[in-house]
Amino acid sequence: QLSLSRLTMKRLFSTSHSSVDSKEMKKFQLLAHKWWDEEGEYSALHSMNDIRVPFIRDTLLNMSSNYHLGNPLSGVKILDVGCGGGLLSEPLARLGASVTGIDPLEDNIRTADQHKSFDPVLDKRIQYKSCSLEEIVEESMETFDVIVASEVVEHVADLEMFINCCSQVLKPEGSLFITTINKTQLSYVLGIVVAEKIIGVVPEGTHEWEKFVPPEELERLLESNGFSVKTVNGMLYNPFSGSWSWMESTSINYAVHAVKLGAEGQSSQTDDLSEMESEQRSATAGTAV
Amino acid sequence: TSAAMAAALSLGLRALLGARLRVPLRFAASGAAAPLYDVVVSGGGMVGSAMAAVLGHNIHFRDKKIALLEAGPRKEYDRMPDSFSNRVSSISPGSATLLSSFGAWDHVCSLRLKPFRRMQVWDACSEAMIVFEKDDLDDMGYIVENDVIMSALTKQLDAVADRVEVFYGSRAVGYTWPLPSRSCDTSPWVQIELDDGRRLQTKLLIGADGHNSVVRKEAEIKNIEHRYDQSAVVATLHLSEATDNNVAWQRFLPTGPIALLPLSDTVSSLVWSTSHEHARELLIMDEESFVDSINSAFWSNANHSDFIDTAGAMFRSAISLLKPSGTAVRQLPPSVAKVDPESRAMFPLGMGHATEYVQHRVALIGDAAHRVHPLAGQGVNLGFGDIACLAHHLSAAAFNGSDLGSLKHLLKFETERQRHNVSLITAIDVLKRLYSTKLAPLVLLRTWGLQATNALPPVK
Repeated sequence: QLSLSRLTMKRLFSTSHSSVDSKEMKKFQLLAHKWWDEEGEYSALHSMNDIRVPFIRDTLLNMSSNYHLGNPLSGVKILDVGCGGGLLSEPLARLGASVTGIDPLEDNIRTADQHKSFDPVLDKRIQYKSCSLEEIVEESMETFDVIVASEVVEHVADLEMFINCCSQVLKPEGSLFITTINKTQLSYVLGIVVAEKIIGVVPEGTHEWEKFVPPEELERLLESNGFSVKTVNGMLYNPFSGSWSWMESTSINYAVHAVKLGAEGQSSQTDDLSEMESEQRSATAGTAV
Repeated sequence: TSAAMAAALSLGLRALLGARLRVPLRFAASGAAAPLYDVVVSGGGMVGSAMAAVLGHNIHFRDKKIALLEAGPRKEYDRMPDSFSNRVSSISPGSATLLSSFGAWDHVCSLRLKPFRRMQVWDACSEAMIVFEKDDLDDMGYIVENDVIMSALTKQLDAVADRVEVFYGSRAVGYTWPLPSRSCDTSPWVQIELDDGRRLQTKLLIGADGHNSVVRKEAEIKNIEHRYDQSAVVATLHLSEATDNNVAWQRFLPTGPIALLPLSDTVSSLVWSTSHEHARELLIMDEESFVDSINSAFWSNANHSDFIDTAGAMFRSAISLLKPSGTAVRQLPPSVAKVDPESRAMFPLGMGHATEYVQHRVALIGDAAHRVHPLAGQGVNLGFGDIACLAHHLSAAAFNGSDLGSLKHLLKFETERQRHNVSLITAIDVLKRLYSTKLAPLVLLRTWGLQATNALPPVK
């Protein structure tokens, strides 16, 4: 009965404003149990952790002055939007963060819950919820220090609303991390034709080129919704080695770090910090031997 | 349910295809789960204890739980007994660096050790000799009693007792491996059963349990092994007269190499690899005869033949024409006066190499992964090298929030170490065989080879 009522609720949502696309959900339903096979359909997402986790970790460490290398994200509250089977939630939780992972697909949440249940530390630090971003906005206003939306915005129905919701649940000066795919000829050829149809490193039909988001558009939407974009980095997947690396060009995959502007439109602490640092430097320059 | 059915089907298929589905499914009742550790090191010898200590002192392991399983009792000394132990190791500068990285080397220095500056290695069948020494007369290495190293490691394990739990007098009697791809309800961890019935679970099991490794056998990792028809005789010897004693001596006899490793100005440790029969004789003969055998082994020229001597001398004069500094001064080894009673012992020798160092949630280090002949004094140093490499990769994995038992970084460790170890292990085996003969052609080959190597720094 409960699941039936949840199903009708979902249908209601999809006819009104929602960032969840029901067609997209169907695609992921079939693969819900394949998340944790490191060599399976999601192997590229597993290896993406090798660059996206250090990116998130180091960005946050650089912004904070109070951390311990043994538990670098301790005390940080993170929302993992579109968490899937929990591939990114788990490493972030291992680094000390309290993670809330949300995904509209129940089967994904079930897989994620089961996988974390065997590790008491993860079990305590991660909470999974089967819902969309809009559904938690009301109860989570300005709750999170960090939001990660990795490989999500290219599946979202209404991107502007999505970003707006992110802004609402994020604390002022909190960080938003997005990884997604650019909308270029190159990304069509490599991201869909090669990745899905030829090599098969991404399950076929996962991506629709029409929904890819160019970084310029993403930046525009972020800046007009109260964010300051700090970093945009291109990412490259090597299908032979199965590994990701950073690159200058954002023509295929890319990552963005944006910070929600504070109360008086002040940017993040780093600007203040760097101002202080440069003052100190000029003060001590005369005394340096 | 369709997902569960698909999972069950794939499991069944895998079993049919005889894929490496190991003995699973003896998992504990989900009610009282056994305590879960991040890393369990099985084997508390020098390598296992150092591994646990290195991880325990690693900053990225501050909140992790590590366990060390050791069958023997706790070993710690505040002061060493006056007599020296007969089990010693040659510690390379690299190993000393590793030990000082977590504070153990200081304890070694405060107990006792003997640095040596020079190594002289020569043939019994010819005059060929090779000398190793550092240009700046720095220490080439250190001779340290194994008990001293263990004591230092125990102290440093105590220092991180909040992270590393040591189980003394405990031996693992059974391991249960997780299924490689988790799509069902079984525990993803390695299950360990101890001899007292206690159970542990771990995300990564490190096998440091020696050349007869149980971890390696239970993981069904194939081991290439070969028993040499040699045993090593060890003893603690007193020299005829006090000397600087900062040279390590090794002479290749046809029956095997005999080495004298300095422990103090008057005491040296003997490592004599020889046939099983001869080893047994050496052990039961009276102390005077034993000392005579040693001195004779180092000083006698009985194995020389005129032919080889002439050929060698010719080659040597040729070298001194081409490269005047290429022939070193031959020092004379010290002579032995007496042997410590009760210090004679013997143990059989062999070589071994595991075809894989890692598997999902398992890694092998030290003698469990590779076993060598003591002629090059490399055994424990290879193990310490394994530790440095594995700790580096585990540290990076921990800082990335990765699952510690993941093959991804374990394979990086395996590739790096196999690349380094295989050539060294093969070289040691080749040397052992090359020097086990009196046949003239091979003696000539190795004589000239040794002389040439001594003259040419890059080859050396």
